[in-house]
Amino acid sequence: MTVFDSATATDRFGAFGGRYVPETLIPALDELEAAFDAAMRSPAYRAELDDLLRTYVGRPTPLSAAPRLSALVGAPVWLKREDLNHTGAHKVNNTVGQVLLARRMGKRRIIAETGAGQHGVATATVCARFGLPCVVYMGAADMERQALNVWRMRLLGAEVVPVHAGTRTLKDATSEAIRDWVTNVESSHYIIGSVVGPAPYPRVVRELQAVIGREARAQLLERAGRLPHTVVACVGGGSNAMGVFAGFVDDADVELVGVEAAGEGIDTPRHAASLARGTPGVLHGALSYLLQDPRGQVIDAHSISAGLDYPGVGPEHAYLRDSGRARYVPVTDAAALRGFTLLSRLEGIIPALETSHAIAWVADQAGTWPSDAPVLICVSGRGDKDVSQVSALGALPDVGPLPPYPESGE
Amino acid sequence: MTVAVANAADAVAIRSAPGAIAERFARLRADGRAALVCYATAGHPDPDRSVALLRGLEAAGADVIELGVPFSEPLADGPVIQHSSSVALGHGVDLAGALAILERAALRVPVVLFTYLNPLLAAGPDVLARAAASGVSGVLVTDLPVGADPQREAWIGDGPLDFVRLVAPTTPVARMGLIARHGRGFVYLISRLGVTGEQNELAASLPDTIARLRSVTALPICVGFGISRPEQAAAVARLADGVVVGSAIVRAADTSVDDALALTRALRAAIDAAARPAA
Ligand SMILES: Cc1ncc(COP(=O)(O)O)c(C=O)c1O
Repeated sequence: MTVFDSATATDRFGAFGGRYVPETLIPALDELEAAFDAAMRSPAYRAELDDLLRTYVGRPTPLSAAPRLSALVGAPVWLKREDLNHTGAHKVNNTVGQVLLARRMGKRRIIAETGAGQHGVATATVCARFGLPCVVYMGAADMERQALNVWRMRLLGAEVVPVHAGTRTLKDATSEAIRDWVTNVESSHYIIGSVVGPAPYPRVVRELQAVIGREARAQLLERAGRLPHTVVACVGGGSNAMGVFAGFVDDADVELVGVEAAGEGIDTPRHAASLARGTPGVLHGALSYLLQDPRGQVIDAHSISAGLDYPGVGPEHAYLRDSGRARYVPVTDAAALRGFTLLSRLEGIIPALETSHAIAWVADQAGTWPSDAPVLICVSGRGDKDVSQVSALGALPDVGPLPPYPESGE
Repeated sequence: MTVAVANAADAVAIRSAPGAIAERFARLRADGRAALVCYATAGHPDPDRSVALLRGLEAAGADVIELGVPFSEPLADGPVIQHSSSVALGHGVDLAGALAILERAALRVPVVLFTYLNPLLAAGPDVLARAAASGVSGVLVTDLPVGADPQREAWIGDGPLDFVRLVAPTTPVARMGLIARHGRGFVYLISRLGVTGEQNELAASLPDTIARLRSVTALPICVGFGISRPEQAAAVARLADGVVVGSAIVRAADTSVDDALALTRALRAAIDAAARPAA
């Protein structure tokens, strides 16, 4: 039993990743893998992708200096502005690339899952652009807190299907999208929204998001004349983080920090910190860190941010964590609200609640970096989608006195 | 083996004996009958009725019982089995509870655990031996396709249980051969694209798919997913070695165990009445 005549490609990150899916999907994953590898070698695919990213998405996104946040932190902070992408988040980098893959594979119906709604909106957008029918699965609880994005998806022509099973959040939406895919695999492509799922998805999504890191690296070298000391990004499934990390993972001196949602605290049952508090297990086709009980049942995640509210994490992050190349830190809901307010007040940028976790962590580290050490934050998305949810919570946190704009320059 | 055996004659073909599944199919083949494989979710509708249901399925003519291990993320299952799984979890039944229910039921037909990988991994390396001791003969892991994880597949394949592998309608014939070579007990052919659930029509391609699978394996072929009515079961029994019925039984059990058993008796009668090709 130990020898396989022609084992399928497993595509792992160390011990993590794999293809733990129903047999029905194996040929589709083989097909996707072949199509992706061919596309990466194809000048025509790359040219079409680059053109769409430039003329439709609005890339390259700027790298913004953050003068008042820098003054607060005591080190130069740079913001990679994925919030300025068309549709308002990094998610569109991936959906543009995958819709082109779907077309190459002759798949004419698109399935997606969404938590915060950003991936759903990005998918509905490219489907409208290419005239493809699009079905988006979304947890019923997320549909309530992200009503604006539900409306946007419907405006764009997508069918949004509420999922009432389980916690009625991203985890359940993902399971339902996979069920649809198993049923319609011959006609449909599943555009998964993060670096999760069975191989080759974690690699496909990372490569499509790596444009963030490539651009940021070149921009920072040009503007600051050096590499960052630390790169920081929030981690839900982990796609914006993998995208920005990809630009620096080979630069051994650059510290990589992923910020997980600690919800009400990692010592409470209500959090989404799968790397801090999870154990290795299988969910949605991959082996990775997972919030689970001792009997292997998946535990409900909690975060104020629908995009981080997921009990798993991409397998490459599990690998980066265990190998020590990246480290992962938890940030609570309360701290994230502080980050949300801080970036708004300090820089005139309202960040997504997801991103707000990364902002909060950097602000909390004030004084710990050398004064010339550039800190790069991936601003994964803008906060418009979160404004009504946050305003319903009542008063914003008191962020105390804030530094003035540094008139005299550095 | 923890449960006493009723009499010596039965002891030949009973639970957890390696080969119990093979023996059961050999006997069916000799009798010219197709197997009725009945699925039930352990702990559904509740632990006591689950025991009653399992005993009743055996008495109503099940040849093999697939015992579903309740899991929080059953992504290969449709709404009926998903629901039964969450009901069972609500009663605190997961893998350990499923084995306890099986011990209480003390079945004589071979039992195959129908599970996802994560609960097995969490239960630890000796879980297969524990399952065998509780009366399990085989294991089917819906999210561990051939070649996905050679190390863990070897753990299961080299263990005390028959590792039942799945073939899908999308599986190319070369891969069917690979799957069959790495399986034991029987091959589980998924009748159609999709998750578990009832279906009005059998896939038109089913006879072809069965023929292709036959050409690469001598293992018995059981067909499942989507079969719910006696006439469908009879149609499949003419083509394959066994018929698996899941969602329809679970849905009936949601109403009453008696309803589920009445359905099972009707399925048994239809399968036995179906003309079988010569062995
Ligand atoms: C703005 C934003 N940031 C981050 C995330 C989390 O996803 P990932 O970890 O894949 O970047 C989401 C997900 O919806 C999002 O909308």
